[in-house]
Amino acid sequence: MALIIDLNIQFTEMFLVLLLSPLLTGWVRKVKARLLRRQGPSVWQPYRDLARLLKKEVVLAENASWLFRVAPYLIFAATWVAAALVPTFATGLLFSWCADLIALAALVGSARFFLALAGLDVGTGFGGIGSSREVMIASLAEPATLMIFFSLALIAGSTQLSTIAGFMQTPEVGLRVSLAMALVAMLMVAIAENARIPVDNPATHLELTMVHEAMVLEYSGRHLAMIELAASLKLLMYLSLVGCVFVPWGLSPVGGGLARHLLAAGLYVGKLAVGGVLLALFETSIAKMRVFRVPEFLGAALMLSLLGVLLLFVTRSF
Amino acid sequence: MATLTEILSAATSGETPRGWRRAVVDAEGWSRVAAALGAGEGTLMGLWGEPAAVFMAVLDESESAVWILSLNCPEGSFPSVGRVHAPAQRLERTIRDLFGLQPVDAPDRRPWLDHGRWELAQPLAAAPQAPAAEMPPYAFLAAEGPNLHRIPVGPVHAGIIEPGHFRFTVNGEAVVRLEERLGYVHKGIEGLMTGAGLERAARLAARVSGDSTVAYSFAFARAVEAALGIEAPTRAVWLRALMAELERLANHFGDIGAIANDASFSLMLAHCSVLRERVLRVAETCFGHRLMMDRIQPGGVTHDLQADHQGVIRGLIDEARRRFPHLVELYEQTASLKDRTVGTGHLNPALARRFGAGGFVGRASGRGFDCRRSLAYAPYDELLFGAPIVHRGDVNARLWVRVVEVGQSLGLIDQILDGLPEGALTVDSNRLSAAAGEGLALVEGFRGDILVWVRLGEDGTVERCHLRDPSWFQWPLLEAVIDNNIIADFPLCNKSFNCSYSGHDL
Repeated sequence: MALIIDLNIQFTEMFLVLLLSPLLTGWVRKVKARLLRRQGPSVWQPYRDLARLLKKEVVLAENASWLFRVAPYLIFAATWVAAALVPTFATGLLFSWCADLIALAALVGSARFFLALAGLDVGTGFGGIGSSREVMIASLAEPATLMIFFSLALIAGSTQLSTIAGFMQTPEVGLRVSLAMALVAMLMVAIAENARIPVDNPATHLELTMVHEAMVLEYSGRHLAMIELAASLKLLMYLSLVGCVFVPWGLSPVGGGLARHLLAAGLYVGKLAVGGVLLALFETSIAKMRVFRVPEFLGAALMLSLLGVLLLFVTRSF
Repeated sequence: MATLTEILSAATSGETPRGWRRAVVDAEGWSRVAAALGAGEGTLMGLWGEPAAVFMAVLDESESAVWILSLNCPEGSFPSVGRVHAPAQRLERTIRDLFGLQPVDAPDRRPWLDHGRWELAQPLAAAPQAPAAEMPPYAFLAAEGPNLHRIPVGPVHAGIIEPGHFRFTVNGEAVVRLEERLGYVHKGIEGLMTGAGLERAARLAARVSGDSTVAYSFAFARAVEAALGIEAPTRAVWLRALMAELERLANHFGDIGAIANDASFSLMLAHCSVLRERVLRVAETCFGHRLMMDRIQPGGVTHDLQADHQGVIRGLIDEARRRFPHLVELYEQTASLKDRTVGTGHLNPALARRFGAGGFVGRASGRGFDCRRSLAYAPYDELLFGAPIVHRGDVNARLWVRVVEVGQSLGLIDQILDGLPEGALTVDSNRLSAAAGEGLALVEGFRGDILVWVRLGEDGTVERCHLRDPSWFQWPLLEAVIDNNIIADFPLCNKSFNCSYSGHDL
């Protein structure tokens, strides 16, 4: 019986992220529009877009290979699993043992790998530009991500997210410089990974400046729906990750009752909403950087996270 | 070698029309003028054809005069100007496409406006022909190397803009060569003009480029008036300037926002769009059309400014003066935005001078030419306004010229409202009636100098009318500007030029 309840909660969590992610995207868009004094589309618009895309016919390039057709599902699956692994409202769920930071990095990396391949597959100029830029960004974002994960693991003594989140709620953590560095680096990586301003612009129509959008230009119909949903899930995943590691308060502990779970879920939605507003504020107040500034930006993230890890080693040796 | 002035003076046919000079030259004279242009004397302002003649407009800076030279070419060929003076090349290719006149020894023999989709080849020639069955594919200029690849962009773009094809050759992110291909929105306006009555011709002129409709109507009206030897009433002239400045304001507000938006700084676009919309609504209130299309006619204007509408315009000016400085400050203080615009897309002043780049493109690269001042026409000869000249030549400079011009236009509108004379709106219609003649007018649109040359027939219809958009000399510079920049900065450079597709393709 307990197993069934646990399973139910775990599945609820998985579907919660899936259902919430378009809302988060819509929310960020709405806040951005309001900041520009526009009315903006309804927050439900991403759902309508997905429904419309799913109904539409798929237009495939003549020379598209099987990879091009399979990639959207792979990307979606990997991202969904990654997003579902992050403890959103409860720690110690049934599958929490596999919510490992390294696994998370691997899942996100695989999704990107397939997307970059798909961008190259059809052989259009834009896809190639997008893939090459994406890989350039990834070559710096991935090591930075790993460094951030190492500092977290060194502090909490585990790479399991559930354990880290639990540890972060104990007074043992204290104020740590390396944690602050990891947070800043994490935010920078999250911005780059999610193709947000100033690294990329998710709303641009300028083919020549695109990164993520350039890779998916050739997609249509349900394939595009999968990729759009995966992009929403990725944004949600990063916000949840920042939430569960750096503001873990209110997470429902192991064996918490239904009421506790509901409260935690509500709090989680609140955290996402606040995160969305902050993201929109940041994006509105800054212009996109020149492509060749991105390595500097991510280099700073990498250095910060590296410094955090080094600091941990140094302080430990004393 | 004789100077341009000497060559031209020797060629003059005695009688000189007001404000401009006219000469008929022979092939040798034509070549000498071309050589002088190639040597950097004078500025080529236009080059156009007729079934059996070619025309060239040359600005002689030393005398602040525009010369119209014509060369009769019964053999169907004329000495190429583009051979020694690159800015003429696309114009010559156009002459060949439309009239079938061959520029002898021209370096570039590819078609320009004709994409092989017209029902006639050389449609404006004395005897148009059936098109060749199959036009060979357009040969883009070569750029070869081990790491180069080509990116074709357009003619259909992702945004809602006009069609144009851009062929980039890039090495990674760096642009090695950009080649433009235009002509997708060729509407045959010059063909439609031929034989049209004045009223219809004025409507056509207003539709060459929608964002400059006032400037085009203004230029066409002035050209016709010059041909007929009449002058529009002073009140009409002042109202024309008022409309022209309102149009400039609206376009500059739109451009400043759009440039920032291409660096993904949409906040600026949102605020500038509000200002632009205010200008358009004031235009609607005062002149009954948001873009003020067809409000200027040969002989005068169609709409008067009601006394109570003066207050509406003053309100707009006050609002712009209140709000715009904050936007400029926002631009100046957003380091991330300045980082994108400063140093990007540098236009060499020597190139700007050689191509006679008008408007903000020229003024941002040290070429101070402004028709309103250099070839002053009423009422600007009575108004006070500065001449912003910047030498940096980058996107930031082009944006700054616009910012200064906004202030300038606000000041001009103030002066126009203060000094607006009373009087009639149009000349008597019988003075507009049939009389043969040639007329030339240059009007400063928001992009730069618009040249209109018209020849009226005895029956009062247009025999031939040529409208030259400033973009003709700005598009080629865009190709030069993007060299050694990264491809992701092209939209920013392009928007800072904001050339007209429609005005260029005619």
